Amino acid sequence: MKKENFLWNSIKTGMLGGSIALFICLIGMTEVFSKRDVIEKVITLGQFVLLATSVMTGLIASRQTSQLVGENRSLHRLTAGLVAGLMTGVVLALFVLAGDKVNIRAVFLNATPGLYNILTFEKGVSGVWVLPVISAVSGLIGAAFLLLPQAAQKPLTQATLFLFFMALFSGLFRVVLINQGTNWEKIAKYLYGQTGVTSEGALIFFFAVVIISVLWSWRGQSVKTSVAHLPKGGKLTLRLLAFAAIGYVALGLPQVSGPFIAQVIVTVALFILMGLGLNITLGFAGLLDLGFVAFYAIGAYTVGLLTSYGPFGLQHISFWAAVPIAVLVAMAAGFVLGLPVLGVRGDYLAIATLGFGEIVRLLAGSDFLAKYFGGPQGVIGIQKPCLGVLEPFVKIDVPRVCNGIELGKPQDIYYVAVAAALLIAFVAWRLRESRLGRAWMAIREDEDVAEALGVNLIQTKLLAYMLGAAMAGLGGAIFATLIGSIFASSMQLIVSINVVSLIIVGGMGSIPGVIVGAIALIGLPELLREVSEFRYLLYGMTLIIMMLSKPEGLWPSQAAKRELHHVEASTEAEL
Amino acid sequence: MSMLTVENAHTYYGNIHALKGINITIEKGEIVTLIGGNGAGKTTTLRTISGLLKPREGDITYEDESLLKYKAHEIVYKGISMVPEGRGVFARLTVTENLEMGAYSLSNKQDMGNNMERVFNLFPRLKERRSQLAGTLSGGEQQMLATGRALMADPRLLLMDEPSMGLAPVLVELIFETIEQINKTGVTILLVEQNALMALSIAHRGYVLQTGEIVISDTAQNLKDNPTVQKAYLGME
Repeated sequence: MKKENFLWNSIKTGMLGGSIALFICLIGMTEVFSKRDVIEKVITLGQFVLLATSVMTGLIASRQTSQLVGENRSLHRLTAGLVAGLMTGVVLALFVLAGDKVNIRAVFLNATPGLYNILTFEKGVSGVWVLPVISAVSGLIGAAFLLLPQAAQKPLTQATLFLFFMALFSGLFRVVLINQGTNWEKIAKYLYGQTGVTSEGALIFFFAVVIISVLWSWRGQSVKTSVAHLPKGGKLTLRLLAFAAIGYVALGLPQVSGPFIAQVIVTVALFILMGLGLNITLGFAGLLDLGFVAFYAIGAYTVGLLTSYGPFGLQHISFWAAVPIAVLVAMAAGFVLGLPVLGVRGDYLAIATLGFGEIVRLLAGSDFLAKYFGGPQGVIGIQKPCLGVLEPFVKIDVPRVCNGIELGKPQDIYYVAVAAALLIAFVAWRLRESRLGRAWMAIREDEDVAEALGVNLIQTKLLAYMLGAAMAGLGGAIFATLIGSIFASSMQLIVSINVVSLIIVGGMGSIPGVIVGAIALIGLPELLREVSEFRYLLYGMTLIIMMLSKPEGLWPSQAAKRELHHVEASTEAEL
Repeated sequence: MSMLTVENAHTYYGNIHALKGINITIEKGEIVTLIGGNGAGKTTTLRTISGLLKPREGDITYEDESLLKYKAHEIVYKGISMVPEGRGVFARLTVTENLEMGAYSLSNKQDMGNNMERVFNLFPRLKERRSQLAGTLSGGEQQMLATGRALMADPRLLLMDEPSMGLAPVLVELIFETIEQINKTGVTILLVEQNALMALSIAHRGYVLQTGEIVISDTAQNLKDNPTVQKAYLGME
């Protein structure tokens, strides 16, 4: 290959990287992210994202060059990285220069002076050369990284990712540490700044991970084998210890995390609960239900109307008595809505159920039914659950005094949600191994054959649909008491889409997958408030990347794992 | 009285008249084959008997009772099982799970265990692969699985749709030997085949289906000797 070839290629790659960086700037990400630090006083999140783009561009250009001119032409590869990084910076610099002459804000809302300030490091147009230089150095770093031996690449990548993770969630870790006592508070303040890690913290995290990673690659294999050779009792103890640790963190976290994060955790728990429900309908029986939010709304409104002290409360029964009613009402709604549409297959079912979700929302918020459901004003004054003397069906007109423990805070409701999620996980697990579970999976695979084997399609599908609906109803019920007021406007289609996505990302049909998916898709964006503005962009990206690189999900079910990794098994099966 | 009688059955796909009044009788213990070209209505006949399609006209009588009043999923409880066209195994379930689904209509767990043992005896290959996903089996193994799954329901009448489709000649022979073996255990078989020569070599009687109508019906031996059949379906001049 000729030398010009690789240079031209690097320039193209660099311009591509520049376009991506420009895109990130123009959607407003850079400016929003610049309010957060990765390392305090050193680098902001906005700068980090742009530099990461340059590093990646350099890395890709270098990799392409190694294919063009050969593995061992280090100088060429470094040049390629430098050029690509430079081009990325040049694209941004040209943008700044253009923005200085012409007002492009009329078209690109986010091309603000603030953005130019960030891109020129507060120096104005005279500082426009800084960015290409830094970007070129970043590209060079990306290219140099590839020249490192594999044994060095891994710990460095891990350490960088860990540092980034620590910085992103610094708010969470900081609060948790501070709540542990004064000694911990000192440590927290040493490691974490207001919105990122401190320089000292960054060094500690980075080198700690590097050391652990190196040690692991040196001794890790022997640790693994010694664990594998443990006697059965030892393995069980180890597993129990792991479960206990996870349980301890899961149950203890909301207590030490403060109210905001507690609220996020409750939301995650609610979505886990609904994910487990939809997992029966979609994961087991293969029925794509996009109207899941309808049953969530029905559950929420049932609890609202039965327990509220507000103007629309019909009864003032206790939360505990209202929940089973809400579940039954949601289930009945599942029956009524499911009966006409379950003859419809595949994509058509998705559209039909999507319609239901919207109908329920519009009816609940309509003026027509406002005297029952409050219309746009919603139902307010919903009771909190009370642990204590239960008077389930007494109607009192004044707000009830709880003569026990009132579960008023989000942290308290969290335990209600966790208990409900555990119950549902247990039910889902038992159902999956049952005759009914088999019938669902048979329907998912081939409706006609399942029918010929004796599966009553309508009845079996209806059961899947109703159970999913019941669990959505339970989720809605807990949501109602958590928020204390419900509005039709919170019953958006996006709730259904969230639940479907978290199942797909976690792993269809897998129960732990639902938990992982909910944490990844619901929890993380809520915790990163800066990110939540771009949630759906990142959502889409995550889904596309997931489908391309890990279609079975983050934590797939056994069957999905076997299906996608059956190559070894099937080669010998040819007959 | 015959085991199964199809009388003047007319079946439609929408407005397409797929079966134009066919008559078939099957006696207990027989292997009856239905031969014919693509689109002749062979699969439609099987789907009509198994209830997945309902005839607009005519009647189907099985063991002195009309099948028309039963839904598709109820018919298996009457003792009729189907091996569907293209095998139709549940790709993402294991071999064992597929077989268990075959016994869905049985209420007794004990029977299921016994039947599974019988199927494994008939197809030792399936026993070796019992925890493998059905989708990872070879074509021949999938055919064995589909057949075994149908046998799990303890059928008295087995409907088989093109068991030889897409299989190597060695395997076709193996499958047909197994069909004879199943028949000897007292299961009546209605076999739909494009491979007319193989089908007629194991069947007692046969029907030739052409564009939704039965054109010839005779013993298997006579059909093999019939010049029309030889020319059209056996590739002989």
